[in-house]
Amino acid sequence: MYEDTSLTGRRLRLRILRHNPQDPGSSPRFETFELDETDGMTLFIALNEVRATLDASLQFDFVCRAGICGSCGMLIDGRPGLACRTLTRDIGPEITLAPLPVFELIGDLSVDTGKWMRAMAERLETWVHAAGEPALDRLEARMDPDLAEQIYELDRCIECGCCVAGCGTARMRPDFVGAVGVNKLARFRLDPRDTRDDAAYYDLVGTEEGVFGCMTLLGCEDVCPKGLSLAAQLAFVRRRMALQGLRGGSR
Amino acid sequence: MKVVWTDVLVIGGGLAGLRTAVGAARHGLEVVVLSLVPAKRSHSAAAMGGMQASLANAVKGEGDNEDAHFEDTVRGSDWGADQRVVRMFVHTAPKAVRELAAWGVPWNRVRSGARDAVINGEHVTLTERAEAHGLITARDFGGTKKWRTAFVSDGTGHSMLYTVGDRAIAEGVAVHERTEALALVHDGRRCYGAIVRDLRSGELVAYVATATCIATGGYGRLYQVTTNAVINQGIGAAIALETGVVGLGNMEAVQFHPTCIVPAGILVTEGCRGDGGLLRDAAGHRFMPDYEPEKKELASRDVVSRRMEEHIRNGKAVQARHGAHLWLDITLLGPDHIHRRLREVYEICRYFLGIDPTKDWIPVRPAQHYSMGGIRTDLHGHSPHLRGLFACGEAACWDLHGFNRLGGNSVAETVVAGMIVGEAIADWCASAAADATVPVGLVREHHDRVRGELDALQGAAGGENPTALMAQMQRLMTDQVCVFRTGPTLQMAVEELTELLRRSRRLRVPRLPGANPALADAYRVQKMLRLALCVTVGALARTESRGAHFREDHPRRNDRDWLKRTLAFWPRPDGDEPALSYETLDVMAMELPPGWRGYGARDHIDHPDTESRRAQVDALRAQLAGADRHAIQSELMPFLEELPPALRGRNERLAEPIA
Repeated sequence: MYEDTSLTGRRLRLRILRHNPQDPGSSPRFETFELDETDGMTLFIALNEVRATLDASLQFDFVCRAGICGSCGMLIDGRPGLACRTLTRDIGPEITLAPLPVFELIGDLSVDTGKWMRAMAERLETWVHAAGEPALDRLEARMDPDLAEQIYELDRCIECGCCVAGCGTARMRPDFVGAVGVNKLARFRLDPRDTRDDAAYYDLVGTEEGVFGCMTLLGCEDVCPKGLSLAAQLAFVRRRMALQGLRGGSR
Repeated sequence: MKVVWTDVLVIGGGLAGLRTAVGAARHGLEVVVLSLVPAKRSHSAAAMGGMQASLANAVKGEGDNEDAHFEDTVRGSDWGADQRVVRMFVHTAPKAVRELAAWGVPWNRVRSGARDAVINGEHVTLTERAEAHGLITARDFGGTKKWRTAFVSDGTGHSMLYTVGDRAIAEGVAVHERTEALALVHDGRRCYGAIVRDLRSGELVAYVATATCIATGGYGRLYQVTTNAVINQGIGAAIALETGVVGLGNMEAVQFHPTCIVPAGILVTEGCRGDGGLLRDAAGHRFMPDYEPEKKELASRDVVSRRMEEHIRNGKAVQARHGAHLWLDITLLGPDHIHRRLREVYEICRYFLGIDPTKDWIPVRPAQHYSMGGIRTDLHGHSPHLRGLFACGEAACWDLHGFNRLGGNSVAETVVAGMIVGEAIADWCASAAADATVPVGLVREHHDRVRGELDALQGAAGGENPTALMAQMQRLMTDQVCVFRTGPTLQMAVEELTELLRRSRRLRVPRLPGANPALADAYRVQKMLRLALCVTVGALARTESRGAHFREDHPRRNDRDWLKRTLAFWPRPDGDEPALSYETLDVMAMELPPGWRGYGARDHIDHPDTESRRAQVDALRAQLAGADRHAIQSELMPFLEELPPALRGRNERLAEPIA
């Protein structure tokens, strides 16, 4: 990025929840770092400055730093969000940062969303279950243009974990698939290329760890950085699964 | 010493690595993918605008085929590409799009009937054909004769990566997340795997494999101003270089993307211009037609970036507090189009600039974007220098892009290369040549050497600081090895980088349990400085201008002396500079002999063979006039046998049905 050292005149105080599970001597604690705010500063810039100038051991995760990859979910003043696209001018001057709950802590603000998401993907089999191998030389199967856009609407999830961190059920049931899981299932259910029927989906989420565990608190939708219609997907999938339950549930 | 044994080790969990892994796994091989981050967070996710493949479904793509895609790509490369690789690529790209479609990518589709579009600043009505309804559509991109870029709104890379990532999970491919390969295990002739650091625990693990494939993406983070993710530090290319025997190809070929937002340095897609967006200067004037009457905003990226910088030098830029910029105007596309097809652009503008691109112009300036250079391989992704080592995607130089990559050809390359290289790896693993007794002592030697290097970086205070060295290198590269280059500036850059490399031997960071991010910064900056020297020394030596490499003191493309590929080696671990050698490109074997690109500068110096090869090609075409285009092509430059048998079939199109 371009260097922009013009100061806003504000002094930021970052209160960060620290802990390194790899270090037997470490225990969870808040540490505060002070720095001068620059114009257009994001939490990505601020945290990198803390690491470069104040504490080289601070752990956090950024990849794209553009709100696309979902790496930097954390609790920002108690609310799950993407740090990379959070401008400090919208918060502060005292900013409290903590790692996302539910996920395994790697260190400081870094949590293991990858492991959680892989387990969810394996459990819900979040891939197209096709009838056979495609003929790569032939014209592709046609799809209604509106349907393709509807599938993309649900496909926009970036697996950042904010919905899971903002979920009451996930705090109580470690195996709850979360809005991220239910949204994925809704995405594949909508996709005509996937041959699974509602009985097959019932096997995956027709339980209290699945869609029936949702208490409709809707924290997930409030915090989703991509603005996905998670409440609608949860309600829709729950209705379909309830109907499937009345029809005898799984196969 | 902890050792993990596997058939295939893929280093890098982006699109190229994952598709390669799926291909190898389908042959029953055990595959382990190493990834710095959860695989779906790889930088492939940030590819926005689309993937080129000559499907010819959209009305503005009618008549498109492999021949047109081939010519566009070779012209885009400024004749630096290996034309056989380009042929293999354009032939496989339609198959790759169709495979991804079957796996679940929700490609935008053709909607039959009339629709509004913006072309060259004018609102026009396009009528899509009824017979194409529901097939995969395409948008316009720079440097192409047809609308060829298949897309999913402006989240194409995201959808592709999630689909291939989930496919890899479905195929049981193991992904070891948060791991980083720090050295290849090799004996100078054969690669046996890698020494890998666990980024959670800090533990070193030896991975031993029959085939090792590097797919770690580009080296954009050598630069301060780059669209690349923070993980694109080129470490995969660096560990190949550090073997001393593996050559890196064309490292000086670095792409600068025209539209990077100022000051955050985040990409907005070429799809903005492909869909009709315009570049404007401080006075609001649309300036590209003044410089490039043929292709205007949609010339190749190297040309548009150069024209923008030229216009800024001419005093036409907006002078903002953080420097000069120009404007990207997409307001004429209308809110409906922007909310459906340019959603990420809208979000980026809102969150990082606080503007609404349906109403406001976007401040942009060129920034580092893509690495054409990388680990030199043969047509199948195999290193000619170290057997058992493969590379693909942006990390590799096989060499599809020459000195400039066309937009939409990189995500296409990742998947196409994965389809080809995955098969090549399977063939290699099944061959007698791959059988080897792994010398355990050699593995331990490499493990202990890396352990020793990491130990030496940690300890007593008072040494150099890695983040300071990194920042100096990045600033220097952006200031001195950028869009415009000159001999004296590059010479100065080489000297400064050499000094930084020497200082990097005195780096010291605290010894901490676990990930120790400062330690990672320290070993990475050492590796990155070697790459930066390969880029800069290569740029200094190349006294011509070709594609993205522009020398103000040598402004003409010089085919006579420079129609060749740079190879950079690092012969001595404690050396301060790379050793360069060159591979000549054979004009007499080219299907498309060198000429004018159709945009950009016209005055190049011809190669002595160009005229005779052109005469040969013309004579052959005249002789075969009326023959099937595939037959003509195979007379000019056969390539099909280089592809795996399953990928050799002809591609069906509406206009080219297969019985």
